[in-house]
Amino acid sequence: MTAPAFPAEFADLEPYAGWGVPTEGARYAKRLASTTDELQAFYDAAFPRLEAATAYLEQFGMDNLPDDAKRLLWLYCALVTVSFPVEVWRQARVPDSGASSFDAVAEPAI
Amino acid sequence: MPHFTKPGEGSWTEHYGIDTGPVSYEDSISPEHYELERDAIFRRTWLNVGRVEQLPRTGSYFTRELDAARTSVIVVRGTDGEVRAFHNMCRHRGNKLVWNDYPREETSGACRQFTCKYHGWRYGLDGGLTFVQQEDEFFDLDRDSHGLVPVRCEVWEGFIFVNLDDADATPVGEYLGELGAGLVGYPFDRMTQVHRYRAEVGSNWKLFIDAFAEFYHAPVLHAKQSVAEESRKLQGVGYEALAYGIDGPHSMVSSWGGMSPPKDLSMVKPIEQKLRSGLFGPWDAPDIGLDELPPGLNPARHPAWGVDSFVFFPNFMLLVWKPNWYLTYHYWPTSYNTHIFEGTVYFVPPTTAYERLQQELAVVTFKEYALQDGNTLEATQTMLESRAVTEFPLNDQEVLLRHLHVTARRYVSDYQQSHQSATPVRISAAS
Repeated sequence: MTAPAFPAEFADLEPYAGWGVPTEGARYAKRLASTTDELQAFYDAAFPRLEAATAYLEQFGMDNLPDDAKRLLWLYCALVTVSFPVEVWRQARVPDSGASSFDAVAEPAI
Repeated sequence: MPHFTKPGEGSWTEHYGIDTGPVSYEDSISPEHYELERDAIFRRTWLNVGRVEQLPRTGSYFTRELDAARTSVIVVRGTDGEVRAFHNMCRHRGNKLVWNDYPREETSGACRQFTCKYHGWRYGLDGGLTFVQQEDEFFDLDRDSHGLVPVRCEVWEGFIFVNLDDADATPVGEYLGELGAGLVGYPFDRMTQVHRYRAEVGSNWKLFIDAFAEFYHAPVLHAKQSVAEESRKLQGVGYEALAYGIDGPHSMVSSWGGMSPPKDLSMVKPIEQKLRSGLFGPWDAPDIGLDELPPGLNPARHPAWGVDSFVFFPNFMLLVWKPNWYLTYHYWPTSYNTHIFEGTVYFVPPTTAYERLQQELAVVTFKEYALQDGNTLEATQTMLESRAVTEFPLNDQEVLLRHLHVTARRYVSDYQQSHQSATPVRISAAS
């Protein structure tokens, strides 16, 4: 059995551990590769736990997050990424964005 | 019925003495005109290539591909702390000096000297030639006159600029005029948390500046980004700027910012309600040690102020947002109908995970908007190129667009006039 991705208090989010990825590019790629049902399921599980997660993460400084806390923060960055298709677009892509792409070439590491 | 006061002339466009007739976009669809712009504009103006924070120590460097200006430059911090720029070219046989794997891609890093991949010639951080492989095989080679070719380089408020025109001695601070002077003292150096995005866009470079220099489009193109009721309201009201400013080739638009925070939480999406952030940035502004804004920001001193967008000619936009963060846009032409767009977001570094998520939401919102804008540009470019329609009516909220195109055309016509009498260059084998 693999080790848990997140702190024990957030065991309910383990089914969505795949969203805990370190870059915006990877999170966006996962969004495009997901169905609207998958995006909705992740959103429905993570959104109600947002306040608990940020409260938990408050105990660490941004420079010394333990690995499981880092993954939890990445997961919540991914919640931000999926909030657009779930709350607004009702599809994974930005409507009318066609072939255009907009790639992160620098971002602060967590 | 205007919501915000206009100048006495009745319009911003007339106030700034700009023609109100229909506008031609021939300057954005003509390959010949673009070739002229490369020499008349991109080789003759101050170009922003980055920030001093990108060069933290002695030997820190980055390269910039300036395709429009027909060169590549190395920007480096020397042992004396000075930032210098050089053409990225070895003096031996012209190889590009600094690159990794792909010669056309930009790179960055830190080093003690630059070594050419081809024959191992070495240059110091000040550009001086320090080593020549098998030097005694050369004929009277003078190292002192074979250093890297310098490019004029100056720093303004932490922004690094280069200028390929050796004949023009105007310092960058003077070039940026009143609009630049009005920003001096803003603590850009505190906003070191950087997110940078890059896109290849299928349009003329000026068309993307057009898209970001007017907000007339915002309630329509981005309608679905707001909750339904708010979106209907925004479209009903339309868009009016608080103020416009024009000085020399540069311009600015000052806008309201009702969303940071919104008057009523039901106006915004659930994620924005939870994270207290959105397009206008995190609603809780960090302390930046500023008692009063520099005079160039929120020039109307309007209580509803949200963001000022500066267009520094030719291709650098700077947006300063009320909640203490800023954004830069760069448009690097690669042909008459393509360019590389860079959008860079700068925040005060977050102290908590919550602040980090607030910033993530602002950045990702910017990306969602930019994806919509980018695709619209390609649609505009292709239809403009059809020339089925050649004249377009622009309204008063599009005054910066008129000014940009007029300015760009003037640089080209001035260049043409000053070069008419010059003798054509002859290529000759004999000397």
